[in-house]
Amino acid sequence: MSHLSALPVLVPFLAGPLLVAVGFFAPRWFDDSLATLAALAVTTLCVLLAVHAAPHPYAYWMGGWRPQHGVAIGISLSIDVTGAGLAAFAGVLVTAALVYSLRYFDAIEGLFHGLMLLFMAGMVGFALTGDLFNLVVFFEVMSAAAFALTAYRIEERAPIQGALNFAITNSIAGYAMFIAVGLLYARTGALNMAQIGAALSSHHADPLVIVAMTLLFLGFLTKAAAVPLHFWLADAHAVAPVPVCVLFSGVMVELGVYAVARLYWVVFAGPLAPHAAAVRAIFVGLGVVTALLGAAMCFLQRHIKRLLAFSTISHVGMLLCGVALLSGQGLSGVAVYVVGHGLTKAALFMCAGVLLHRFATIDEYELHGRGREVPVVGGLMAVGALLLAGIPPFTTFMGKSLLEAASSALPGYGWLIAVYIVVSAMTGGAVLRVAGRVFLGWGPAEGPHPEQARAAQERVDEERGPRGHTPVLMVLVPALLLVGVLVLGLIPGAVPGTERYVHQFVAHGNYPAWVLHGARVALPHVAPSHISAEDYAYGAISAVGAVLAAGLGLFGRPLRESLPARLRRSGQNAVGVVRGLHNGHIGDYIAWWSAGVSLIGGICLIALH
Amino acid sequence: MGFLPFAVAVWLFVIGLWGVVSSRNLVRTVLCLTVVQSSTYLVLLGVGYRTGAMAPIVADIPSTSKLVDPIVQVLVLTDVVIEATITALLLALVVQAHKRFGSIDPEDLRPLRD
Repeated sequence: MSHLSALPVLVPFLAGPLLVAVGFFAPRWFDDSLATLAALAVTTLCVLLAVHAAPHPYAYWMGGWRPQHGVAIGISLSIDVTGAGLAAFAGVLVTAALVYSLRYFDAIEGLFHGLMLLFMAGMVGFALTGDLFNLVVFFEVMSAAAFALTAYRIEERAPIQGALNFAITNSIAGYAMFIAVGLLYARTGALNMAQIGAALSSHHADPLVIVAMTLLFLGFLTKAAAVPLHFWLADAHAVAPVPVCVLFSGVMVELGVYAVARLYWVVFAGPLAPHAAAVRAIFVGLGVVTALLGAAMCFLQRHIKRLLAFSTISHVGMLLCGVALLSGQGLSGVAVYVVGHGLTKAALFMCAGVLLHRFATIDEYELHGRGREVPVVGGLMAVGALLLAGIPPFTTFMGKSLLEAASSALPGYGWLIAVYIVVSAMTGGAVLRVAGRVFLGWGPAEGPHPEQARAAQERVDEERGPRGHTPVLMVLVPALLLVGVLVLGLIPGAVPGTERYVHQFVAHGNYPAWVLHGARVALPHVAPSHISAEDYAYGAISAVGAVLAAGLGLFGRPLRESLPARLRRSGQNAVGVVRGLHNGHIGDYIAWWSAGVSLIGGICLIALH
Repeated sequence: MGFLPFAVAVWLFVIGLWGVVSSRNLVRTVLCLTVVQSSTYLVLLGVGYRTGAMAPIVADIPSTSKLVDPIVQVLVLTDVVIEATITALLLALVVQAHKRFGSIDPEDLRPLRD
């Protein structure tokens, strides 16, 4: 069994380049079936790893270079249920995206399949590795594949710009992390995360450790699109092909949050233990700003893919709050929410893909009422919107309830519940508004900023414009994903089981024991969190809030016009400023990135020293 | 050596970022990105440097010789490979931008203006 551990990374690394090599002369069915089979095999292997690691987590050492007396020379895959489960989740979404691509693209070459598998290799390796340097390298591998996939429609203008912004921002984040790896290696002489954590656990938080922590966290939060490091995300999502967006929003962005959690509990929990309150305040603050700005920008969009992208930013803000609470319960909420949100968002992007495939535009107002031709997709989109809003009692609601319980358990953080409700209601409401306007023809057909409709025109294939049919498969895949969200959280034992594995994840002292010394660490006993009547009330408020927000978006024009002129003008000015910041200029984006990193780094140095 | 490589690394990182922020030419932007990355080489090599030590090639020197740390040199090699990949990809995008936009000034690349 143990040698199987390396296969989930090896299989896509071998199959991907093979597909690129033979792609130009192999028939399409060959590319499709090889890629889908490889993705399915990797997913199965990751599930097997999770099952194998369920009794006790274990480390696999490449080439048999086992650690001697707690000193690791070799490179490990450190496999626990959380990591392997996340890798399996990435596998499910890659498989779903590849199956969706079967009918989404009329013409496609092996290059696309090869890049998708390389992207998968990066994500799976990222979730499984136990080595800090490899974590950063896998980050770069998945980034490089993601940049190329963003620019897949290279013959058009917008993808080139989106890919440039994505690539430059994320590369700079990667370089900052290389420096952090060098600093930690200088302090501890180790690259294995377990060994670094063990070496630092008795160490105090000196400036070098804090600088390394800031660079690593903000590097990964660039991938996770925390404000103000987030500008690349909406540009990349707006232009990438839909099956790629599914992976970006469904799992890649969340992997950034995963890395922050892993690094905190394995590497930095020791030296930062006396400063936990300050760490919590700083990163909860970052999460709240991200969540609220993302929700506001989401509601302001008329380009549906951009709208979904800003919704992802908003939900990542929520996830960041959950991690930053630094409690097992908070992280359990994050784990459940990642699954619920990832599947929902993937399904919503696929619904947007149906619109793009059929009408060659993704503009909410251009599509006014035209969705009546595909009512099933409208139904799926409405269900997805309500799930995004955390309607009880499904998976996203379960995750949100755990986040709420964790927030109210910490003195002084109960107000976060209001943030979660606002975020859920506004993002769910924005999607519900789109569903109402596109599929039912509700609300006015002309919107603000009509010049934006041009940016929303996108052809799936070079030679094909709009078309009169929608393949069944393109509706079936998102429907299955949504069924997953409806069912998974309700499986008895699923949520309490997640809580136990997450509590294993956050046990700082255990990790070096099982990675470096091969100890058999048993699963901790955790009393399952109880979902209270209050949680149902919060869930109901979010769902009703989403419906109200959608109604306001569709029919609220008379209400807005009844406001005093001065108030309306200052509101429009504020909106104009925030929108103006997202201007697509890479220099401005990097200026914001530098300012954000300097500011947060400065705060960390002062507050944690 | 001591503090010097790290001071230079900070300088390279900051000046490279400034170059990306102020650039009016995408080729210059990509080159400034490689300047940012050069700072990572300096940090990694600076961490492993020992005064008076030899290159860590142990085949033809006495095993008691003082060597610089080979691990960081391996890391830098990986870093170089990543830089080559990313730079090639970015320059390909810049060439394509020149074909489609007729300009490589970031000011002119605004189809996503929001």
